[in-house]
Amino acid sequence: MQTENVSSGGTKQSSGTNQSNRELKSYCTFRVDDLLFGVEVREVQEVIRSHPTTSIPLAPALVSGLMNLRGQIVSALDLRHALGLPSEENTDLMNVVIRSSEGPISLLVNEIGDVVEVEDTRYEPLPETLQSEQRELLRGAFKLDDRLLLILDTARVTRVAA
Amino acid sequence: MRGRRCTPQMLDESFESRSATVEGMDEIINEFLVESYESLDRLDGDLLALEDAPDDRDRLASIFRTVHTIKGTSGFLALPKLERVAHVGENLLVPLRDGELRLNQEIADSLLEMVDAIRQILSSLEASGDEGGDDFATLVERLQNALHAEAAAEDASAETKSATEEDAGDDAIEPEQVAEAADVADESATPPETPTPAVAPEAKKENTPAAKAATKPASSGSEGSERSQSVADSTVRIDVCLLDRLMNLVGELVLARNQIVQFSSSAEDAAMIAASQRLNLVTTELQEGVMKTRMQPIRNAWNKLPRVVRDLSLSCGKKVDVQMEGADTELDKTILEAIKDPLTHIVRNSVDHGIEAPDVRVEAGKPETGVLLLRAFHEGGQVNIEIVDDGGGISSERVRAKAVEKGMVTPEQADSMTDRELTNLILLPGFSTAQQVTNVSGRGVGMDVVKTNIERIGGTLEIQSKPGNGTTLRIKIPLTLAIVPALIVTTGGEKYAIPQVSLLELVRLDGQRANDEIEHIHDVPVHRLRGNLLPLVYLDEQLGLRSPRQRHEPRESVNIVVLQAEDRQFGLVVDSITDTQEIVVKPLGQHLKAISAYAGATIMGDGTVSLILDVIGIAQKSSVLAEHRDRSLKNDRAAAATATEDTESLLLIDSAQGTRAAIRLSSVARLEEFAVSDIEQTGQSHVVQYRGQILPLISMDGHFGGFDSDPSQPTESIHTVVYNHNGESVGVVVGKIVDIVRHANSVSEESSGRSVIQQRVTEMVDLESLVSRSLASQGAW
Repeated sequence: MQTENVSSGGTKQSSGTNQSNRELKSYCTFRVDDLLFGVEVREVQEVIRSHPTTSIPLAPALVSGLMNLRGQIVSALDLRHALGLPSEENTDLMNVVIRSSEGPISLLVNEIGDVVEVEDTRYEPLPETLQSEQRELLRGAFKLDDRLLLILDTARVTRVAA
Repeated sequence: MRGRRCTPQMLDESFESRSATVEGMDEIINEFLVESYESLDRLDGDLLALEDAPDDRDRLASIFRTVHTIKGTSGFLALPKLERVAHVGENLLVPLRDGELRLNQEIADSLLEMVDAIRQILSSLEASGDEGGDDFATLVERLQNALHAEAAAEDASAETKSATEEDAGDDAIEPEQVAEAADVADESATPPETPTPAVAPEAKKENTPAAKAATKPASSGSEGSERSQSVADSTVRIDVCLLDRLMNLVGELVLARNQIVQFSSSAEDAAMIAASQRLNLVTTELQEGVMKTRMQPIRNAWNKLPRVVRDLSLSCGKKVDVQMEGADTELDKTILEAIKDPLTHIVRNSVDHGIEAPDVRVEAGKPETGVLLLRAFHEGGQVNIEIVDDGGGISSERVRAKAVEKGMVTPEQADSMTDRELTNLILLPGFSTAQQVTNVSGRGVGMDVVKTNIERIGGTLEIQSKPGNGTTLRIKIPLTLAIVPALIVTTGGEKYAIPQVSLLELVRLDGQRANDEIEHIHDVPVHRLRGNLLPLVYLDEQLGLRSPRQRHEPRESVNIVVLQAEDRQFGLVVDSITDTQEIVVKPLGQHLKAISAYAGATIMGDGTVSLILDVIGIAQKSSVLAEHRDRSLKNDRAAAATATEDTESLLLIDSAQGTRAAIRLSSVARLEEFAVSDIEQTGQSHVVQYRGQILPLISMDGHFGGFDSDPSQPTESIHTVVYNHNGESVGVVVGKIVDIVRHANSVSEESSGRSVIQQRVTEMVDLESLVSRSLASQGAW
C-alpha cells in the first residue's frame, strides 16, 4: 500500500515487454557494497533516508540499533554484517523497511535503486560455489541485461537476526 | 532447510498469490473459529451448571443451539469430522432438551469430551487448515451408545416421539441456517441467491453466536434470546490489533502532550497556555478511555477454572465447590492473559494439595465438599486476586522437615523461622510437600514458576495459611502495563528507563565521599546504606560498555539507584539521573528478546528510542540474584543476620543510681515486675518464685530496689529482665525500664562498651558475661 514511497526512480521494465501470460514480478532494488539486491515490492513497507538509531548494548552485532518509525519501534539490521561483507564507516545509510511476521524490520543499505519488473525466465538458482554465509540469505538471482540482481530471502534475514 | 536449492518451481509456489475466493473462505473460517471458541467456553460452563440442575431446560436449549450452530456451519464449510462429532452430540442433546433423557455424569462426561474434541478440531483447523488426523470414532460411538442405551430403555412409543421431536427440532432452526449461509455468503463477497433476504441483513449485523441464535424464531429459551439481543445491540466486536494501535497512538499523544505542556509552561501567551491545558485534560481522559477498552473482566480468566477443578477433583476423588466473588473486576487484557496460567496452576495446587479427601474432611468436622473461593477486587490502583481454600492448610512442620531434607535451610535456621517464613518457602524452586507425586502436581516445579511469572508482570504473590483451616494465596498485580511511571537515567550517552515499581531511593555520593564510602569486598564494590551493605552494580559494566572498574580507580561523584529485585536490594550506578516520566512500554523484537537486561523499549519525548531496563534481569546478570535460588536463601538469611548486628533493638534502662544502660533486646527473654515482698533470700542469693520455679535474681549494681537499699526511695516492686542462661532463667534486676530503641552500632562503640543513645552516654551491658560473672561469684549452680 505504500509502494509509492519506493518508486524514487520510476518503474522500468528490464526487458522487452512480453505479452504472454508469464507473470512479471516487481522488485525493489538496492545496493550493499557493490552488490545489487532485490526484495519483492510487496514485502517492502517503505524506504526512508538515514534515521537516528539507538544502539543496543549486548545485542547481536547484526542488530545495529532501534529506530522510531512514526511511533513504532523498529530494529535496524546491518545487512553488511549479515552478508559477511567488510564493515564500513558510513553513517549515511538508507533504510529499506520490510514487513516481517514480527512487524517491520529495517535493512540498512548503501543506496536505493529502481523498482524493476523481471520475468521468471531470467531467474536462476544460486551457483553451488557460492559461500554458505551469503547463500542462506539469498533465494536466487535474476540475470538482468547488465548485471545480476540477487533476491534476498527476507524471512531468513529476519530469522538470522533472531 | 539450510542451503536449500531454490528452483524456479519453488519460487513460483511461494510467489503464487491466492485467488480471491480462497481468501474469502479464510475469512469465513476465521470468523467461525472465533465464534466457536467463544461458544465452547460457554458450553463448558453450561454443562457444569447442568450437572447441578439437570432439568434446566433453558440451559439445555442454549447448549443445543450452540452445538447445532457449530454443526450447521461446519457442514457449510465442508468440515466432515467436525460435523459428525457435533451431529452425534446434537442427537444426544435433543432427548435431553425435550426431557426424555436425564443428564447423568456419564452423559455429561461424553458431552464435555465432545466439547474437547470440537476444540481440538478447531485448533488443528487454525494451525494447519485441516481437521487433523483423529476421527474421534470412539467418542462418536460413545455418544451414540449413550443415546441408544437410554432409548432402548424407553418404550417404543417414546422412541418414535423422540424421533419426531428431533425432526421438529431440525425444522425449527432452518431459518437460522439460512441466516448463517447468507451471512457467510455476504462476507465472501460473492452474493449467491439468498432464499430469505429479509433475514440476511439482520444476521450480518449481529455477529455473536448468541445473537444468531436469537434471530431464530424458535419458541424454546426465548428469555435467553431476549437477553442476548440486548447485549448484541449495545456492543461492537473490535479487533484487538485495532485496540493495540489505539493504545499506541494514545501513548504517543501522551508523550506529545508532555512536550507541549513543558513548552507552554515557559510561554506567556494566555491563549496558548489555555489550549495546552485543555489538551492536557482531554489527553488524560482519552488515555483513560482507551485504557478502559482494553479492560476485561477477570471472569474471562476464571471461566475455565470450574472445569479444571471438576476434572481434577473427580480424578482425585474429592468434592470441591468453586465460588467466585468479584468476577466483574476488570484488568488489562495483557495482564489477564499473563495470569491465566499461574491461576490455573494455583487452583490445581489448591485442589490437589489443599482440599482434603471427603473422609478426612468429615473427620476434621468440616463439610464433605470443600470450597475454593476465587475473589478479585481493586485496591489502591492494583488488582487483588485471592484464591482461598478451606482445606488442610500448609503444615509448617512438613515444610520445615522438607526444607531441611532438601538442604534449603539448616535445621537451626528452620527452627528459628516463623510460620509465615516457612510457608513462603514453598515458593522456592524444587519444593513440594505432596506426600505423593500425582500427575497433577507434586513434582516440585510450579510455585516458583508461578511466582516468577507474576513478578514478571510487576505483581506479587503471598501465601497465608492456617493449619487445618485452609490457605489463602494473594496475587497483587498492577492494572495495566502499557503506560508505567519510570525513572530515566543516562549511562554511556544513552538514556535508559527503569520502572518505578522496583525503585527504592536515589543516593548521590559527591567528591571525596564517592571514594570513601564505596568499599570493596575483594573486587566487589559495596556501599553502606544506613548500616546495611548494598552491593553496587555498574550499569555500563553490565551492558558491556566498559571493562570492570579497578578497585583503586579514583571516582568522581557517584549516582546510585537503589533497586529492589525480588527480596534483594542492590545499587545500580549510573552516570546521571535525568528525570521521571510516564513511559509507554513497547515490546522488543524477537532478536532482542534473549537479552535479559531489557524489559522493552519506549519512545522519549524527543522522539528517540530508549531501552527499558529489566531490574530482575540485571540483578541476575550481575549475580545479585544467585542463579540457584535455594542457595540464595541461605545467603539471604546470613545477610539478615549481619544486618541485625549492624542495627539492633536496644532496651534502655536506668539503674538505681541513675546511670543509663542498654541491653540488646535479642538477649532478653521477658520483662517482669515482682513485688519486693516476694523476694526471698537463700544464702548469698536472692530468689523469687516464678512460674512454679525458683528464679535467681542478680542485680546490675548490687541493689535490689527497696529491698536492701536507699530507704529514701522505697519501692514496692522491682523491674526484672529475664534472661535465659544455659537453659535456666535468671532475673536481672534493673532500676527502671526507659525505652526500646533501634540503634546502629559501630566497631568503636563495641570495643569501648559505651555509646551515645538519645544524647546520653549509655553503658552497653553484656547480659551473658554479667550473669555468668555474678553466678560465679555467688557460687551457685
